Amino acid sequence: MSLLNYISMMRFELFALGVIIFLLLVKIFSEKLNTSFILGLINFSLVVLLAASFIGHPHGSVFGGMFLNDGTIILEKQIITFATLLIFLQANFWLKKQENCLEFCLLLFSVLIGMYFLVSSGNFLMFYLGLEMATIPLAALAAFEFGRMRSAEAAGKMILSSAFSSAILLFGLSLIYGTTGSLDFNEVSLVFSSSSALQLFTLAFVFVGFAFKISIVPFHLWTADVYEGSPVAVTSFLSVVSKGASLFIFMTVLYRVFPIAQETWVHILVLLSAITMTIGNLFAMRQTNIKRFLAFSSITQAGYILIGVTSASALSMASVIYFILIYTFSNICAFTVVSIIANRNGKEDIGDYKGLYKTNPLLSIAMMLAVFSLAGIPPTAGFFGKLFLLTSGASAGLIVLLIIASLNMVVSLYYYLRIVKAMFVDKNENPVEKISTDVSAKAVLVICIAGILVIGFISFVFEYIHSLSFGI
Amino acid sequence: MTDYSYISLVLIIPIAVFVITGLFGKKFSAFSGILGTVGMLVTACLAYYTAYQYFIVGGRTDGAYPTIIAFKQTWLQFSPSLSIDFGIMLDPISVMMLVVVTTVSLMVHFYSIGYMHGEERYATYYSFLSLFSFSMLGLVVSTNIFQMYMFWELVGVSSFLLIGHYFEKPSAVSAAKKAFIVTRFADLGFLAGILVLSFYSESLDFQTIIHRMTDHNGVIFLNANAASFMGLSALTWALCLIFIGGAGKSAMFPLHIWLPDAMEGPTPVSALIHAATMVVAGVFLVARLFPVYAQIPITLDVVAYVGIFSAFFAAIIACTQTDIKRVLAFSTMSQIGYMMFSLGVAGGFWREKGLGYTASMFHLFTHAMFKALLFLGAGAVIHYVHSNEMGDMGGLRKKMPITNIVFFIACLAISGVPPLSGFFSKEEILTAAFNHNKIIYAVGILTACLTAFYMFRLYFMIFWNKSSISHHEGEVHHGEAPFTMKLPLILLAIATVVVGFIPFGKYISADGFALESEFHVNLLMIIAVLSGLLGITIATVFYMKPSEMPAKISSSLGSIYSSIHQKFFIDEICFFVTKKIIFNLVSAPSAWFDKNVVDEMMNFISVVTENTSDGIKSFQSGKIADYVLWFFASVIVLSVLIVFYLS
Repeated sequence: MSLLNYISMMRFELFALGVIIFLLLVKIFSEKLNTSFILGLINFSLVVLLAASFIGHPHGSVFGGMFLNDGTIILEKQIITFATLLIFLQANFWLKKQENCLEFCLLLFSVLIGMYFLVSSGNFLMFYLGLEMATIPLAALAAFEFGRMRSAEAAGKMILSSAFSSAILLFGLSLIYGTTGSLDFNEVSLVFSSSSALQLFTLAFVFVGFAFKISIVPFHLWTADVYEGSPVAVTSFLSVVSKGASLFIFMTVLYRVFPIAQETWVHILVLLSAITMTIGNLFAMRQTNIKRFLAFSSITQAGYILIGVTSASALSMASVIYFILIYTFSNICAFTVVSIIANRNGKEDIGDYKGLYKTNPLLSIAMMLAVFSLAGIPPTAGFFGKLFLLTSGASAGLIVLLIIASLNMVVSLYYYLRIVKAMFVDKNENPVEKISTDVSAKAVLVICIAGILVIGFISFVFEYIHSLSFGI
Repeated sequence: MTDYSYISLVLIIPIAVFVITGLFGKKFSAFSGILGTVGMLVTACLAYYTAYQYFIVGGRTDGAYPTIIAFKQTWLQFSPSLSIDFGIMLDPISVMMLVVVTTVSLMVHFYSIGYMHGEERYATYYSFLSLFSFSMLGLVVSTNIFQMYMFWELVGVSSFLLIGHYFEKPSAVSAAKKAFIVTRFADLGFLAGILVLSFYSESLDFQTIIHRMTDHNGVIFLNANAASFMGLSALTWALCLIFIGGAGKSAMFPLHIWLPDAMEGPTPVSALIHAATMVVAGVFLVARLFPVYAQIPITLDVVAYVGIFSAFFAAIIACTQTDIKRVLAFSTMSQIGYMMFSLGVAGGFWREKGLGYTASMFHLFTHAMFKALLFLGAGAVIHYVHSNEMGDMGGLRKKMPITNIVFFIACLAISGVPPLSGFFSKEEILTAAFNHNKIIYAVGILTACLTAFYMFRLYFMIFWNKSSISHHEGEVHHGEAPFTMKLPLILLAIATVVVGFIPFGKYISADGFALESEFHVNLLMIIAVLSGLLGITIATVFYMKPSEMPAKISSSLGSIYSSIHQKFFIDEICFFVTKKIIFNLVSAPSAWFDKNVVDEMMNFISVVTENTSDGIKSFQSGKIADYVLWFFASVIVLSVLIVFYLS
């Protein structure tokens, strides 16, 4: 394979690496940093990367099967990159004021590179490395507002919980290596047997490692605290990009490595999905802090996503990726509104959103659309996303789970609409004053609203994803 | 092959106008009316051009007009064989409907510039008009039944919005609600019908459904016809259910109760929606699926009998109404009844048997013109007198000369007096009925007589009767109507006179082949005309001059008259059914269930939630050790589950 092919195969990783090196050099050589310049450069580089990712179709593997690349993986990386770009734009206003803006970018790019490797991995070793690279810098990012107690607490909780989950995951991986003699996805899948208790044990452990990252009940306890304590930009990243990347590799591992134990993990998925939706919903109802609320809402959404994962067909993979794309738009839209308000006057309670429509109609409408899409109300894209998830569940014949999911969707309407009601109906003596939104955040809102309104109607999107997807 | 790529503009322009006037209309209120009218003008020109291209330039291939899919885009691909498409289908009836809808809509847009002038919600009104036009056009060009259903609902929504235009008036609000709920109720049947039909035909596409369901030896047709439920085949059920949807929108008995109330909307809206376009959607629906209906004669009989009954029933009621718009509303219902039974008496879709089909479409076309004219004329009268009651009018012929003439023309047309357009279409319907079913024919003739009677009763009471009216004495009057209102009246009057001469059978027939109906005077025609003239004569005797006779007759009829006047108490029966029976027997128990079981369950859930989260709260306060403990416990439970139970 020629050098050019290598570069083409690993363009995402190399690009992110280049940005990291560049940032380090800037840090070393420049006295006074111009934050707007750096942020502009970063946004620009992400756009370039996104554009470059559409050139050519580098399929294949390098490093002896450790690093894979195909259409699905490129698509997943594009979604990750796109979401990161949106988050950078969303945080632009806040980041400009930060003294350590450069370090933020540095850390986020480290996470990004970790995620690229994670999604591309074809071997448990690479997978583990990617996972850790995508987690540890995130904990540092959660602590980014180190003046605030909550922020430090969030980081502490995150790093400790994730260390624990990593330990269990590693234990599982070592058992895999011990029983199969390999860490390569393909080789493990050939040797893996569903009758060996020890190997099933490893499945449980690996499963838990994912469940932690995707924050599936009962491995979700860290989520709410961390989401609440972290800066909004980090919270959005955690809830969208981090969760999305983990789900992508989760599907790959389940479908590629453990197809033989399908019956087993389908049962677990069904069980956890039902618990996750229900518990997430019941908690979301009671929240008063909007970030905490969105944390539980994202847990519930993860429960819905698991329905899509279960049927293990190309349709199910397509429905999950499609849903994550839509979820990216909806959740980032919601978080952008939250960040705009939180960064101006630190208000994060749902009660503070009362009467928002009177003072900030555009923000309210953006929030309303985001919430509608999360709740799956047609004609927003969220409806189509859920439709396909449920279709995929129905194709696996999981009628009971579908009924539970439908009930949960009805219940979730209650608390999603509560936000809309607060903004549009409730009276408030002292509403959030008129906010002049900065251009980049406005751009994010426009992109997200367009996505929410349009994606459902462009059948091409789903068909494109479907054409790249695979199942067992 | 002619190029029809421009056709999507017919849908794009109205929706664009809707968005623009909806978003920015408040700022340029006066401008929105002009924008809407110009947009509709362009759309209408496109529709005329399409009709010209389709009928004249494109012409027939192999003797029949081809069905052209001008645009098609797959929207949702459910499975390789089942998808929901968005598309535009051109065939004789959809092209005809394009012309009808755009023409009437254009007239209404133009007319409203004068009629709605100075209204507070002027821009909103125009944006909703555009939305309605978009929905209606989308409905008629739908390529598949699902797309049609969506536009069907959109039509319902925009009609709701327009009826409720004067939302400060409680009666308008309740009328809008009533229309919406009654048609929604009917749409339930439609949806169920769609599901059954598409389940058996394994397609949503009109052409595919028709192709599969008319193939008597095909497996699909045999299956659909063999599966039976309560003695009728699945296909029969599907068609009857779909007809319920059509009957709801087209105000057929007993789902007609919303139409008279819908007159609370602005009069131009009544002209557009409740006379010419939306209410004929049901007729259009049956016509669209006509080849399938023709396979099952019993469904056509249902259509025919519902149609003739509604026609007769509405005509009787119309004779007693005193609100000018309500008379027109019942007359609309009656005329749509004509179109329906005309479809019903078309025994098949091959050649001469399909006369009823052609006649129905012809009547739809002519009716749209003269009924829009009647409504817009009534609007001008209401604009002038500020009242809907016929008692407040009278002797207006001197003050409103143009309205008088056009109204007279329209009344002649609807009464079937030659050579106006209504004569040709109605005569064709009655001929078709005569060939098929003599009873329907007889009732049809009777209804024609009644139609002429109540229309001329209306005409004389507005424009003749009293010599001058007292209550406007001394007031300074604005003129008859502004130019923007007069022009549509005149144009529609011209259309009413000339469209009857279109050789309709040549263009639109059930099988697509030309239906040569030679025009010659025969006995049937004479009977039809005479029955109309009889009605006119009676009305002239009673109402041209003030006289005591009508009052005497009505009082001698006593309770019969009053029950007719109260529309046979259908509304009251509906209220009785809903309020007394449904509310008490269904709603009250469910309310009890809701309060005592559902609410309690919810309370229980919230208590459980509260307790659970209280329990978890203790270690969510920051003790990471507790998190880890839970984590570890869950891992163990999961492992045990996997190893011992799930493998």
